[in-house]
Amino acid sequence: MNLTLKIWRQKDSNAKGQMVDYKVTDISEHMSFLEMMDVLNEQLIASGEEPVAFDHDCREGICGMCSMYINGEAHGPDRGVTTCQLHMRMFNDGDTITIEPFRAAAFPVIKDLVVDRTSFDRIQHAGGYISVNTSGNTQDANNIPISKHAADEAMDAATCIGCGACVATCKNSSAMLFVGAKVSQYALLPQGQVEAADRVRNMVAQMDLEGFGNCTNTGACEIECPKGISLENIARMNRELMKAQF
Amino acid sequence: MALDSKVPKGPIKDKWTEYKNHINLVNPANKRHIDVIVVGTGLAGGSAAATLAELGYNVKAFCYQDSPRRAHSIAAQGGINAAKNYQGDGDSTYRLFYDTVKGGDYRSREANVYRLAEVSANIIDQCVAQGVPFARDYGGLLDNRSFGGVLVSRTFYAKGQTGQQLLLGAYSAMNRQIARGKIQMYNRHEMLDVVKVDGKARGIIARNLITGEIERHSAHAVVIASGGYGNVYFLSTNAMGSNATAAWKIHKKGAYFANPCYTQIHPTCIPRSGDYQSKLTLMSESLRNDGRIWVPKNMEDVLAIREGRKKPTDLSEDERDYYLERRYPAFGNLVPRDVASRAAKERCDAGYGVNATGEAVYLDFASAIERYGKEQARIQNIENPSAQKIYDLGKAIVEAKYGNLFQMYEKIVDEDPYKTPMMIYPATHYTMGGVWVDYNLMTTVDGLYCIGEANFSDHGANRLGASALMQGLADGYFVLPYTIGDYLANDIRTGAIPTDTKEFDEAEKGVKDMIDFFINNKGQHSVDYYHKKLGKIMWDKCGMSRNEQGLKEAMAEIKALREDFWKNVKVPGSANEMNPELEKAARVADFLELGELFAKDALNRNESCGGHFREESVELDGEQKGEAKRNDKDYAYVAAWEYKGEPADAVLHKEELEFNDIELKQRSYK
Ligand SMILES: Cc1cc2nc3c(=O)[nH]c(=O)nc-3n(C[C@H](O)[C@H](O)[C@H](O)COP(=O)(O)OP(=O)(O)OC[C@H]3O[C@@H](n4cnc5c(N)ncnc54)[C@H](O)[C@@H]3O)c2cc1C
Ligand code: SF4
Ligand code: FES
Repeated sequence: MNLTLKIWRQKDSNAKGQMVDYKVTDISEHMSFLEMMDVLNEQLIASGEEPVAFDHDCREGICGMCSMYINGEAHGPDRGVTTCQLHMRMFNDGDTITIEPFRAAAFPVIKDLVVDRTSFDRIQHAGGYISVNTSGNTQDANNIPISKHAADEAMDAATCIGCGACVATCKNSSAMLFVGAKVSQYALLPQGQVEAADRVRNMVAQMDLEGFGNCTNTGACEIECPKGISLENIARMNRELMKAQF
Repeated sequence: MALDSKVPKGPIKDKWTEYKNHINLVNPANKRHIDVIVVGTGLAGGSAAATLAELGYNVKAFCYQDSPRRAHSIAAQGGINAAKNYQGDGDSTYRLFYDTVKGGDYRSREANVYRLAEVSANIIDQCVAQGVPFARDYGGLLDNRSFGGVLVSRTFYAKGQTGQQLLLGAYSAMNRQIARGKIQMYNRHEMLDVVKVDGKARGIIARNLITGEIERHSAHAVVIASGGYGNVYFLSTNAMGSNATAAWKIHKKGAYFANPCYTQIHPTCIPRSGDYQSKLTLMSESLRNDGRIWVPKNMEDVLAIREGRKKPTDLSEDERDYYLERRYPAFGNLVPRDVASRAAKERCDAGYGVNATGEAVYLDFASAIERYGKEQARIQNIENPSAQKIYDLGKAIVEAKYGNLFQMYEKIVDEDPYKTPMMIYPATHYTMGGVWVDYNLMTTVDGLYCIGEANFSDHGANRLGASALMQGLADGYFVLPYTIGDYLANDIRTGAIPTDTKEFDEAEKGVKDMIDFFINNKGQHSVDYYHKKLGKIMWDKCGMSRNEQGLKEAMAEIKALREDFWKNVKVPGSANEMNPELEKAARVADFLELGELFAKDALNRNESCGGHFREESVELDGEQKGEAKRNDKDYAYVAAWEYKGEPADAVLHKEELEFNDIELKQRSYK
């Protein structure tokens, strides 16, 4: 198929960006979206232009590095996938596709489609851990049974890949789904109880400090989240925060 | 220099304990004055950085991604081994040790493997304490699965995302230390050289990938944990950025590179669909627990399937060739990876491949769905269940076990694997070879360590499933933090290492010259053009089976390609900005050297062992006819190569392998 791409180009974080049009031809429906971008970039290199910078690494939907806003949706039109898992069969010959970076005050653009998501890391520094020494001098792993249900729920929350689609999607640029997922993982496990109150307080405080907005329950994040992280995690985080304030 | 593996004396089961009892320690007050650089934040580097920081050292950690959480360890699906014997099926430290040495086709160092097995159980304790949500049974205890090549269930898992959960565990431990100021984290930084002062590793040169700035970082010791070099094949299951640069740069500065030809070609990956393919996706090996591998028995059916006249589900049981079950009745679909991969290649080379490229075999879950369905019907007391009911019940079980993998498959291939068998084909997945290290995990350069997939140490010529995660965490949490202390104990009075010295000047100049060359060369071909060509040579001539003629050709072709690269490569953009093409160019330059050494090593090793299959070395008759033939008399050694300029001129050093605790046997999975 032949496509028109409208892509955000921005030289660096200080430059003013703009949308630029490109054409690609002979795109196979079996290609992934990023393979289509590779084709474009090879074309640009051949013609002496600068290729489009975009973040990507694993190309299998797990590292959370890829981050495009495609036709107005984080990770594009498909559900339950990251951009690297999006396939061209989702598009039609002759389509025009707009491709922008994730936009949020807390995710400044570095170049073209690449944004800075280190604000997510800083939230994790504030409390995204259990304070256990790594020497292995701990009790046997089976000493504390954990109900399968709780373990599975903790696992579901823990599958967040830290991509930031929830933030890019939210009209308030809220990071509640991301933070809620981490808080929930630990809140659901006995190991996480000891520091639960401090953890949620500190992570939420850092989240506010980074300039993420508040949650107004539109639920858009849950729909766009490639890993199906549920809104329940936000509710659980709010409950944890309430508990922590008493 | 003679290779000294520094394996401690004494019985194998006491070596590590004895060793720890007698090494030098650094007291906590002095650790504050010692800096350690860790390059890489995967399971190995992440766990090492966190532990070193916790012990009190000042750690500087580097990764090329925007966060340590994105290292390629994140992609590991299947699980992690540990000799816990929770299932009571006879597992033990010795058995894990034995399986790993045997699985590695007797080409690993016994003492290292024993230590790995010994600390394995502790990894699980550690991770559970960190909040890693491993799968559990209904009683609330940890669940296990079994993995290819072994007879016990010792694999711990977190759905199909075990690597992700373990890495997030290590990342959380790092976060705690970053918050305390004990780890200084350098994201989006790429190490481009190591700096040696008086023969010791004392720092690195790194490029800030956002600004392009070239930076000097000093330390008392440098740890390389940069992962494997599978991307030398261009297509692999590795991440796009996975590279050999850190490992190769230290090789050029004196670290020997061991067994580069030992690579693992994983049997269960999604087949290639076209020339635009940028990477290959693994389907976890755990699928082989329930999936049965087959191709049609008759060529007419193969053609009918390829032309769309028949569907795989149209074929009756006796029109199918379950070739692994046929050839290896004892292990069946659970033979080790190298055996399964070669068997797939053998069928496809014979023309039985089931997709358009002729490079695909089926992995079929129909029997498993039926078996689980019947079992569930019995458990739920459903009398005379319909076929549909059985299917539904069975599907639910398969979905619970592998749901995310099936979904991943469907997204890529656009076919429903519950209804029609998956198609799979082998792909490059893991590199057992790597930087040579001694028992302390130190390279042949003083103060320079190498851990995780980047080193060569524990898997011999073939790695068993679920053992890389174990090794990465064992190295990082439990081994390196001890062994490095023994070395650093001599550095407590050294003081901070200055970076305004001639050694740093020189190393920095080398890096800047390389970058200037790329930017100013203005050649004709993109970096990917070269990388793809290299990949094709590697796959065709250094792939699942190798022979003398092909390897000699590979060496010559890679050399020619490298020369062309250094004349005609084209890198757009400038040096002082984010420039992904420039990053790739530097990585491919190193692959173009490593590839040639790889072929040289494969040529030198005229035996078949593990993932390295030499067509000249097969069993000629008997039950094992046509199977790989190892040659212990001539090749029971580690081939450690010393850099001498051109890869072809590398000098071979042999570390003879001694087996005192395991008898050398030809592997048989029949
Ligand atoms: C798809 C897949 C599935 C797998 N499944 C399993 C499994 O189920 N069980 C199992 O045991 N093993 C599995 N493996 C193997 C295992 O995941 C890896 O061997 C292991 O995770 C490697 O860990 P590592 O820490 O050595 O390296 P990595 O996790 O690859 O980390 C490398 C680090 O080095 C950094 N880096 C690299 N080069 C540079 C440089 N020049 N400068 C700065 N930083 C650099 C990167 O940023 C990264 O942080 C799998 C592998 C793959 C690819
Ligand atoms: S919650 Fe979902 S969308 Fe948000 S960072 Fe995690 S995986 Fe991405
Ligand atoms: S590139 Fe890793 S999630 Fe898309």
